[in-house]
Amino acid sequence: MLSCANLACMRGDRLLFKGLNFELNDGELMHVKGVNGSGKTSLLRIVSGLMLAEDGEIRWNSENIRKLREEFQRDLLYIGHLPGIKGDLTALENLRVNMALSGHEITEDEAWNALGEIGLKGREDLPARVLSQGQQRRVALARMLVSKAKFWVLDEPFTALDVKAVDMLQHVLTNHVKNNGMIMLTTHQDFTVLDINVKMLDMGNHEVDL
Amino acid sequence: MINVLRWAIWRDLTLAARRKAEILTTLLFFVIVVSLFPLGVGPEIGTLAEIAPGVMWVAALLASMLSLNRLFSDDYHDGTLEQLIISSQPLALLVFSKILSHWFLTGLPLVLISPVLGMQLGLDSDSIIILMLTLLVGTPVLSLIGAVGAGLTLGVRGGGVLLSLLILPLYIPVLIFGSGAVEAAQTGLGVEAHFSLLGAFLVGSLILAPIGAAAALRISLD
Repeated sequence: MLSCANLACMRGDRLLFKGLNFELNDGELMHVKGVNGSGKTSLLRIVSGLMLAEDGEIRWNSENIRKLREEFQRDLLYIGHLPGIKGDLTALENLRVNMALSGHEITEDEAWNALGEIGLKGREDLPARVLSQGQQRRVALARMLVSKAKFWVLDEPFTALDVKAVDMLQHVLTNHVKNNGMIMLTTHQDFTVLDINVKMLDMGNHEVDL
Repeated sequence: MINVLRWAIWRDLTLAARRKAEILTTLLFFVIVVSLFPLGVGPEIGTLAEIAPGVMWVAALLASMLSLNRLFSDDYHDGTLEQLIISSQPLALLVFSKILSHWFLTGLPLVLISPVLGMQLGLDSDSIIILMLTLLVGTPVLSLIGAVGAGLTLGVRGGGVLLSLLILPLYIPVLIFGSGAVEAAQTGLGVEAHFSLLGAFLVGSLILAPIGAAAALRISLD
């Protein structure tokens, strides 16, 4: 279970939000909403441990994530705006090396299957720089299919994807939550996930007058 | 843990192998800088042999500086660095493997080409061997210390110049004892003291630099 208490975030000398409290339980999806610049990405980066909050505390199974560090990061899958894809490596190599460096090594077969499943069949062996933006995005998202992490943090996962890929992604998200996983995501797109708990967090409500 | 090290090194070496130009830049820079001295100072072999240790070491310092900018910047711009920071593996270990690959691609070639350049400057064979050994012990220290600076200046505008100002003073001890050992060998004095100190720098920076660089990266990405 993830619980955040009294979070505050400053960028430069602008206060993005303060006094933010929420909880996320097993088998729940949280949709973080808000206008551009309301601090959605900052919130996700703080929750993943990439950024320090100005104030407040984030607890994972009632332990502070700063204390847990690697133990928390084992349960975490973060996919941000930047895909983390090397143009000179093939799609397959990218997926395998990214998984290995994050601490979950996968076999070559698992990587082939995941890339096939995400719609890159026949392109597994191409250097990532010749893939389109949407296809590179799929290489990054293929990590969701092989990850054993419980808590997914996804920043705009639907960007640059076509209708078919969006459908597939919704399906993957639904399955993960049904298997007792947890997801926190931001998106400006409408998406449908069936029979699961969706919590809304509206960053607009936390906007502070300057 | 060993597997992660293996994967990280494999990745950096594969990337370098597919973009060969980047390895050659450092090496060619080193060769050209050293070759400029006979042209500027004049071809007297006595003078050249006398300044050779200093010239070679200063050129090695500058060559290793040249490639430091790119140590973390590619990973920073494509998002790989974010993933490394939230990896369940220790960041210092991942940083260490990057430094190791960096030395392998930029430091080791300098060690290997140095005998040829030493001959060009008229060094005798004993001094050339000592020169190679000092570079072998000294260039990893340059990569290690440089990584801390590269981490601190990551994402800073004009970071390249700042990096030089930050790191070059820290290179001074390595320069003094590296070229000092070769000069001592030329005049027939013992080189053990110089090597002990270079070895101490290497051990010290091996332990401290990966941790320091990891902390610097966390700050840069915050």
